[in-house]
Amino acid sequence: MKITEKDVRYVADLANLKLADSEIQRLAKDLDDILTHMDALNELDTSHVEPMAQVLFEGEETATLREDRERPCLSNEAALANAPLAGGGYYKVPKVIER
Amino acid sequence: MSALTGTITSLTIPQIRQGLKEKQFSARELAQSALEFAQAENSKTNAFLHFSPERALAAAERVDKKLGAGEHPGPLAGVPVAVKDVIVTEGVRTTCGSRLLERYIPPYDATAVRRLEQAGGVIIGKTNCDEFAMGSSNENSAFGPVRNPVALDRVPGGSSGGSAAAVAQGTAVVALGSDTGGSIRQPASFCGVVGVTPTYGRVSRYGLVAFASSLDHIGPFGRTVPDTAQLLQIIGGRDECDSTSAFAPVPDYVAQLDGKIAGRKIGLPREYFEGLASETGDLVMRGIEVLKKLGCEVREISLPATKYAVPCYYVIATAEASSNLARYDGVRYTTRAASDTLSDMYRATRGAGFGAECKRRIMLGTYVLSHGYYDAYYLKAQKVRALIAEDFRKAFAEVDAIVTPVSPFPAFKLGEKVDDPLEMYLSDIYTITGSLAGIPCMSVPCGNTSAGLPVGMQILTRHFDETGMFRLADAFEKAGGFSG
Repeated sequence: MKITEKDVRYVADLANLKLADSEIQRLAKDLDDILTHMDALNELDTSHVEPMAQVLFEGEETATLREDRERPCLSNEAALANAPLAGGGYYKVPKVIER
Repeated sequence: MSALTGTITSLTIPQIRQGLKEKQFSARELAQSALEFAQAENSKTNAFLHFSPERALAAAERVDKKLGAGEHPGPLAGVPVAVKDVIVTEGVRTTCGSRLLERYIPPYDATAVRRLEQAGGVIIGKTNCDEFAMGSSNENSAFGPVRNPVALDRVPGGSSGGSAAAVAQGTAVVALGSDTGGSIRQPASFCGVVGVTPTYGRVSRYGLVAFASSLDHIGPFGRTVPDTAQLLQIIGGRDECDSTSAFAPVPDYVAQLDGKIAGRKIGLPREYFEGLASETGDLVMRGIEVLKKLGCEVREISLPATKYAVPCYYVIATAEASSNLARYDGVRYTTRAASDTLSDMYRATRGAGFGAECKRRIMLGTYVLSHGYYDAYYLKAQKVRALIAEDFRKAFAEVDAIVTPVSPFPAFKLGEKVDDPLEMYLSDIYTITGSLAGIPCMSVPCGNTSAGLPVGMQILTRHFDETGMFRLADAFEKAGGFSG
């Protein structure tokens, strides 16, 4: 495994992270070290093992579904109270579509 | 108020119940004293990020009113509680130890918070933690590290370092923390208090800011085993706001702390004790001798997949974290970096807002989920997770509980491991396995090293057998197991 700075830039792009050049250098080394350690997982034969996505308990598939009924929800004002920028009952963001 | 001077640092839930009943103090007096004391002491450790005096006094007044009217004020009446700042509190700032949420005021309460207040608990403030609960030393908080009250030049552990430190320092009687790979048990062991990670699903995570959803737990800290059992009893149980919360009824844990542990079969996993030639190992072995004297039957067992737990955990936890943290994009949560385009705004907000450890984990998680690597890392780790869980299932066919160290070493110095992320990850080796299996596990103090640093002993039991775990820990504590 050799993680290059180009790999780091690619992954940062997928993750929507703006990184400084110094961070990219550092992350290339850290990711390389950690992923090399993670390669130990390949020592185990897991060809007949089902992946475990969740700690599951016995129960019907629908056991966790609640009754579908109306309940009070957050007001528009409360939901927007933490917005960096809001207006007219909506979150505001930089323009996406050019006219 | 004079009845409280000097005692506030060592009060337990039953003592508070007694004090209120005998009118030694009112809930309001206790809340005021607790707030004053915690605020005055906070500069030593930085355990609290902010206090909630208005909310605390309102809760205390409700308790006093009930007491005045001859009503039952609830099992947690008047008890000063600290809440880790990754658990949301309506109207009280919740930062997750992150610059990104520096000004975030949640519009609702977490279920655990609501339940503990309904039981009469008094939330005095929110505790410091590693950013988004990612870390093992509390050095990843954007608001400065927490210092260990036992040795101020050392870390309190992480990520729930503030909660552990507050309980150890005596600025809160009990606290809520969160645990994804050891974030309750490891700081409990470093600070010399009791810390409990219940069965996955035992406590609703509604209102716990998500880190790794298949691993996240809320759990209690206390200075005694019965206090943690009491708190879990209150916050546990099905919640329809969290579809992963379990339906299993919550037993009366406290009533079952009867000391009856003779004949219990305890397994010592060989893999956890190999190469543990240290004071930590010696203290845990002395703890095991105490359990033998109490009539437990001790035998060696094997959990062969243990050595794969750290890589397995860091694949799964970072993958889930990279998805969960995607929501902090500058649109909804208080902080936004100025940019001309939407895409630049996301990137700049996240680049400026997240600290180094969060970025590292987002990058790792994105990498292991990215095209071409999903099968090699994420799917592989989920299969290894199944093997780790299977190890425990087999072991619990033979034994009732498993006892291990919590951490390979006691609290380390601030700054000692901060430059080596892999080394920091490897220090989670003994706590990660139980988290992956989703079984209940806890740290109970088992003595101090010659330098005076606390060491914790970990007890793990079957899914939903918190009763058996608490019973062992309580008998151990009452036998003086902690005094070394």
